[in-house]
Order: sequence, then structure tokens, then C-alpha cells
Amino acid sequence: MSRLLPARPVPRTLVVALLGALAAVAGTFLLDPYRNYQLALVAAFLCATAGLTVLVGLSGQLSLGHSALMAAGGYGYALTSNAVPDAPAVVRFVVALVGAAVLSGAVGLLLGLAGARLHGPYLAGLTLTLVVALPAIATTVPGLGGDQGVRVGLEPVPDALDRLVALEQWQAWVAILVTSAVLAALHVVVRGRTGLRWRAVRDDETAAALAGVAPGRLKVLAFVVSSVAAGLGGAVLCFVTQSVTPGGYGLATSLLLLVAVVVGGLGSLAGAAVGAALVVLLPWLVGTLVDALPVPSELAQRLDGNLALLVFGLLLVVLMAAAPTGVVGAWRTARARRAARRRAGPGGTHPSAPGPSAPAREDVTAGSPLSGTESEA
Amino acid sequence: MDRFLFLVGTGVARGTVTALFALSLVLIWRAARIVNFAAGAMAVVTAYVAVGVAHATGGWWWGALAGVVAGGLLGWLVERGVMRFATTPLGGVILAIGLVMVLQSALGILVGPQYVPVAPPVSDRPWTVAGVPLGSPYDVLTVAVALGLMLGLRLLFTRTTLGLQLRASAFAPEVSRLLGVRVARMRTVAWVLASAVAALAALLLLPTELGLNPHATDVLFVLAFTVAVVGGLDSPGGALVAGLGVGVLMSLVTGYLGASATPIAVLALLVVVLLVRPQGLVAGVEARRA
Repeated sequence: MSRLLPARPVPRTLVVALLGALAAVAGTFLLDPYRNYQLALVAAFLCATAGLTVLVGLSGQLSLGHSALMAAGGYGYALTSNAVPDAPAVVRFVVALVGAAVLSGAVGLLLGLAGARLHGPYLAGLTLTLVVALPAIATTVPGLGGDQGVRVGLEPVPDALDRLVALEQWQAWVAILVTSAVLAALHVVVRGRTGLRWRAVRDDETAAALAGVAPGRLKVLAFVVSSVAAGLGGAVLCFVTQSVTPGGYGLATSLLLLVAVVVGGLGSLAGAAVGAALVVLLPWLVGTLVDALPVPSELAQRLDGNLALLVFGLLLVVLMAAAPTGVVGAWRTARARRAARRRAGPGGTHPSAPGPSAPAREDVTAGSPLSGTESEA
Repeated sequence: MDRFLFLVGTGVARGTVTALFALSLVLIWRAARIVNFAAGAMAVVTAYVAVGVAHATGGWWWGALAGVVAGGLLGWLVERGVMRFATTPLGGVILAIGLVMVLQSALGILVGPQYVPVAPPVSDRPWTVAGVPLGSPYDVLTVAVALGLMLGLRLLFTRTTLGLQLRASAFAPEVSRLLGVRVARMRTVAWVLASAVAALAALLLLPTELGLNPHATDVLFVLAFTVAVVGGLDSPGGALVAGLGVGVLMSLVTGYLGASATPIAVLALLVVVLLVRPQGLVAGVEARRA
């Protein structure tokens, strides 16, 4: 399989992203409209979790405010889209996406300049403050519409496809397209020179600085890249739900995003996909379960929403205590260990070479800021 | 002018409480190099204990006592049960966030989202001097309790053997361990102290707020974080000075621009401080890194 793909990294990433997007688009034909709607939500959240996992796993910084950055993208999308009502649909959508990227990138740049250059918990506290202040910002800044938020018009299915697909499926297609572009871009950055420098700064800022890498600038860049990814996710979410409200991007959503990237494994884009699916599907599953249980309606109301958070919180604490590299990380470690055992088996060629070998070298989670052991040389 | 004086008076009272809460963050930061992002959620849990006991016994002071004891217990549980798994600063923050989710959602399930009104133990009607409302008996009580507690902590840290051990294990854990200080135990003691302090601070603040709700301390936490950062994160004195300054500033913002402006003002203040003077007002000399 891998021989069929281009050998150079960037074209290879693009081809893989295109194939993945095509497979996902083909998959939408198997799903009913509600499942397609959920798929679109997963795609939107995947942009945000992918951005966050790159920020935390590669640059070693923590953001507790990615839901607010999604909201910034959503507002950017909605305001830009409403500003050009007469443009053709495709132009309007692309311009609105650019608006989302610009607004979330600007917010990210401001916060990044303030918090990301510093060592310590400053960025986490700053982004937490942003989330807490989001409802107040929405009511105070004119044009953001207060608690009601901003609505955008529905982008209907193009006429050429009208016979073929339903609205939800069309929205899922658009979401998949944007998300695969975001993932491909992130992947290229992560595997390239910038990703390498991020890891150098994460592992030892002083050594990186001595090697001619500017730690402050790179950390700010990581936060801006991550913000733009989250903002595009917010834009997709706004496109699917046709509105952006501060209530949809509260502290709970922000913390769920963090759980998603920790569960998936910090720094791993595949893990971000697992996490995004979990963020969308687990609350829905828990809600369905609560509805099915014979409990009084008042208790059911309290369980709704809170129970999913409780499960996620417990999951986060247990995972951080037991498997800080997440699901994908644990799987990769197990695989690397099995491979090492196989090699060391008959003859035992390199009994003195410990630790992860070839597969782990490719692994961006190796030497993650949480695993304690910095195995990446 | 009347309004200005009144707002300054309220700001001093609220600023002292915020400083007390920030002090709890500083205590844990010094001992464990972790910002306790779960401080707000932990304080809400203890506030529910306190309000429950106060309702059952009819005495606010019994409630306060129960809240402080519950705070100490919770601090012990959290440090021993959860936080000791934190091997890196990032891991510490993530564990604390997990704890926030568990505590707040468990409270949401147990007590629901509605606000429980909390009555102050003494009158909160302001005295008027020559027609100018200045401060209420409750403000005076708040400032007195907060300052008394800070003084007590200062004496504990500077005049007792326990305080010496706490300072030693925060300053140089390895050397302290060699000299026979039980550093891990000192870290636990710091968590217990800090959580008890935070419990009292949240309890003092509640009567001036809307009431008790699982998210009642969210804004208090970000305010206290800002205060701790402005004060230098490492300095109890800096926390007090910054707390008073930020408290008065926020009181003026709330008074003249409305309550919804407060979180935005906190955000703006934090951004400006981090851009201009990230090491805080009272900063030690940074260790040489290269």
C-alpha cells in the first residue's frame, strides 16, 4: 500500500488526506441524516482537538480556552458571511472561512504574545479567563448578539446535487472537506521543520535557544496555529448549526476538548480523531441512557449533561494517573514492545538496546511532556 | 464622589477576600510548583458543606468551622489521592482540570443548578458617615478575618518549626530531604492549609454574591489567579497588595460599567500584566538557566 503513495512527504500527506476525505464522503451514504449530522459535528470538533493536541503534545503548552477560540472562529464566520449576503455560495463560504481564520488567529496572537512566551501556567490561566469572560464579551461587544448569538443563513445543497444527497449529508461533506484540509496542513507543519523545532523547545528550552531556535516566537506560533485550527472548527460548527452562541462554547466544552486530546494521546492526530468522536458521541450516548432509565424527571434533568462530564472527568484523572500517553500512545507502546521482543527473540541480536525502536522514532508522542521519560534523542 | 468612596470601601473588602484566595494558590505553588486549577471547585464543595451545617445548626460560625475543616480534609484527599500522580507541571494542571469536572458535575447531580441564597452572619447594610455610605459591618468582619488569617499564616511560616520546614522544602526539596525534612508530608500540609484557607475565602465572599451554585467560584478563581500572577505567584505579600489593588479596580469597573464588564476587565488586566511585567510586581531573581 505504502509503495503506491508518493514518497515525498507533502504530496504524500495531500494524497492521504484526499483519500481519507473521499472514504469519509463515501461513508456518508451509509448513514442516516442524524448520523451524518453527528459526523459533521465530529469533523468540526476534530479541527479543534487536532489543533489542541498539536499545541499540548508538541509545544508543551496547555490551553483551557479552545472552546472560546472555536467561538471566535464561529463569530468570524457568521459576521463575514452575513456581511456578503449577495455573493455566490462558494465565494461566501470561502470568504467566511477566511474571516474565521483571521479572527481566531488574531485572538490567538494576542493571547499567545501575552501568555505563550512565558514558562509556567500562565497560558492555561489566561485561556481559562477567556472562556469565563466569553458570555460577558458576547453581551458587551456590539454586533455579537448577546446570549442569542449570531445566526447565519442556511447554505442549501447545490442544485446539481439536490437529487442525490440530503442536507445533512451535504453539510457532512463540507465539514469533512474543511477538516481534512486542516488535518493535512497540521500534519505537514508537524512533520516539517517547525514541528521539529516545537519539539526541541518543548524538551529543553535552553538547549533549543542555544541551538539558534527562538523559543518564545515558536511557542506563540504554535498557539496561533492551534487557534486557527480551532477557529476553523468553530466555523464548520457554525455552518452546520447555522448559529453561534456563547452558551455553546462554555467552560464544559473547553474541558471536554482537553479530555479528548488526553484520551487520544497528546500530539497524535489519529488520537485527536478518537477524542473528537468521543466528545460528540459520549454525551449523546449518556443522554440516551438517562432517557431510557426510569428516573424522576428532575433527576434526569440534573443527570443530563452532568453525568457525561462526570464520566469524562473520571476518565481524565484515571488516564493521567495510569496511561499519560493516551489510548493511541498505549497501543503504540504495546506494539513497539512486541516488535522489540520479536527482534530480540531468536538469537537476541541487540539485547543491550533498550527502549522504543524504529516505530517509536516516527511517533510524535514519544517524549511527550507527560510521560516523564524523554525518549526522543 | 459618594459612589466612588462606597465602591472603594467594597473593593477593599472584596480585594482582601480575593487576596486570601490567591494566597491559597500561592501556598500550593510554592510547595508543589502547581497552580491548583481545582481550587475554585474544591471551595464550592466546602461551601456546600458549610451552608448545609449552618442550616442544620442555625449558626453561621458552626458552618464556617465545618467548611474550613472540610476544606482541610478535601485538600488532604486531593493531594494524596490525585495530585501525587502529577509528574510534570502540565500533568498537574490536567489532573486538576479532571478534578474540576468531577467535583462540579457531581455537585450538579447532587444539588442541581439553582442558586442557594447565603445570608451574612452580621448586617451587610453600609454605615453612612455624613451621608456617605462607606462600608458594612460585614465588610469589616471580612477584612478582619482575612487579615487575621494572613497574619496567623505569616507567624506560622516565620516563627514555628513547621513553618521553617515548609519553607525549606519549598525552597530546596533535595537539601531539605537530606536534612531530614519530610518533604512529601510538607507538601501535603501545604495542600491542607491552602484548601482550608480557600474554603474560608469562598465562604466570606458568598454573601456578597448571587448565592451558592456549583459554578459560584468560577469568576473568583480567575480573579484570584490574576491576583496571584500580578503579585508574582511566589509571594504572599505580593498577593495581598495585588488583591487590594485588583479588588478596588474591579469594584470600580463593576460600579461604573456594570457587572458584565468585570470578567472582561480581568481578562484585559491579565493580558496587560503578562505583556508588560510577566514576573509580577514582587518578583525574586530568576535562576540562571544557561
